[in-house]
Amino acid sequence: MEDINVISENFSLLEDWEDKYQYLIELGEKLPPLADKYKTDEWKVSGCQSQVWLVPDYHDGKLSFEGDSDAIMVKGIIAVIMAIYQNKSAQEIKKIAVEKIFAKLGLQEHLSLSRRNGMMSMVDKIRYYADSFEK
Amino acid sequence: MYDVYKIRQAFPILQKLIDGKPNIYLDSAASAQKPKAVINIMNRILKNEYANVHRGTYALSDKITDKYEKARIIVQKFLNARSAQEIVFTRNATEAINLVAYSWAMENLHQGDEILISEAEHHANLIPWQIVCQKKGCVLRVFKIGDDGAYLPHEFTKSLSDKVKLVAVTAMSNVLGTIFPIKTITAEAHKIGAKVLIDACQAAVHQKIDVQDIDCDFLAFSGHKTYGPTGIGVLYGKSELLKSMPPYQTGGDMVDKVTYQHTTFAEPPSRFEAGTPAIVEAIGLGEALRYMQKIGLENITLHEQELVKYMYEKCREIKDFKHIGSLPNKGGVFSFQVGNIHPQDLAYVLGKEGVAIRIGHHCAEPLVERMGYNSVARASFGLYTTKEDIDAFVKAVAKAQKFFK
Repeated sequence: MEDINVISENFSLLEDWEDKYQYLIELGEKLPPLADKYKTDEWKVSGCQSQVWLVPDYHDGKLSFEGDSDAIMVKGIIAVIMAIYQNKSAQEIKKIAVEKIFAKLGLQEHLSLSRRNGMMSMVDKIRYYADSFEK
Repeated sequence: MYDVYKIRQAFPILQKLIDGKPNIYLDSAASAQKPKAVINIMNRILKNEYANVHRGTYALSDKITDKYEKARIIVQKFLNARSAQEIVFTRNATEAINLVAYSWAMENLHQGDEILISEAEHHANLIPWQIVCQKKGCVLRVFKIGDDGAYLPHEFTKSLSDKVKLVAVTAMSNVLGTIFPIKTITAEAHKIGAKVLIDACQAAVHQKIDVQDIDCDFLAFSGHKTYGPTGIGVLYGKSELLKSMPPYQTGGDMVDKVTYQHTTFAEPPSRFEAGTPAIVEAIGLGEALRYMQKIGLENITLHEQELVKYMYEKCREIKDFKHIGSLPNKGGVFSFQVGNIHPQDLAYVLGKEGVAIRIGHHCAEPLVERMGYNSVARASFGLYTTKEDIDAFVKAVAKAQKFFK
């Protein structure tokens, strides 16, 4: 799993969208594949135009996630989201201003509600898990 | 035919750069762009001529009532209905179909009756009938189409038993582009005494609709696809049917006589237009239909056929391009899959290239699944679409292919 600071630094070096997208694709390729047994409706994030799965795990007070998609670009965006939220406590997760991080990366449009590609649904689901594990 | 480049001058949004790129708008099947004539008349009314309709006793109200009712006459002529009383303004086509579901089907259908639709229906012409079936104990029958999207006459007639009381079909599929022979379908359905509802959302944009010639009992279309505003749709219903139907919603502007205990309702179409209607939008729709008629529906059809031919030709240049709905004589709607590129991935690149397409199930989820997909990309044309738009589309798809190699 790449560190979000490393990702952020790499993004800042990329000027046009073609390079940014290419880098996203590479990040997606590096994302550990999700076991097929999790690619079910149970783990599906609804509201996405591609199929997106998210599986949470809880260890020593920290949450971690596995995610996957059948779309290559979406997988790249999931890799970024995973890097942002990996191995954090519920408290920490709730404090993360993910929109700001995406804006800094120049990927804000991928989280916008208007786009309805559903990546915000994934963030919402992560926040929901954070809420439920906190209790 | 007409000069499409001159036509484009009438559409301000097509002159604008979107994120620094020309607006290659290939999503007209979802919603069409608006010509200046529509924008101007709506602006003018809001600025100088606005009042509520029907109840006023002053000049502004009289004038705008006149315009609102004239818009109804424009729609009547556009559809060649017998009278303006057969034209009900609704919020959109979805509301028009729901109106028929609640005010006609719920009242007239009984346990064991059947409703027949095609495999190619939009959710708006599917879900209302599911609800009717659940509530009334009716059966929803679905007749099959071909793998290429073709209408199969024997599949239709096979499903048409004397239990069928309503046939509800699209005149043109919003996913496959297939044009259904609605006149023949209507005649067959009438032979066994069934009523017919036509979903003309796509067809009304692309071809001349004549409800007397088709002889359908109901027909629905929406304003925003026919170059008019959102928030306005049309239900055509045969006069004697509309007269037999109870209101869909109740409230102001649709009554004859009201006491605290009892109300008698106004005649159609007022009976089905409860509350203040979408006044400015109705007038905007009238202007949009006039605009289309000025160009000529036949010319619009010809222009589009030319584009369909060109699109098929150009798509042959793209490796692994698969048409979903591949009839040669279809309308200007192209659903497709390129190699194994996910439509979402494709849309990211096309979006960056300024090419506006749509992906997903296009509110026809069972159809997209029946064709073997859970999401497809779709490019669709309007009367302002050019061959250059198609060239730009092909170029952008080629770029996406390189990208996801």
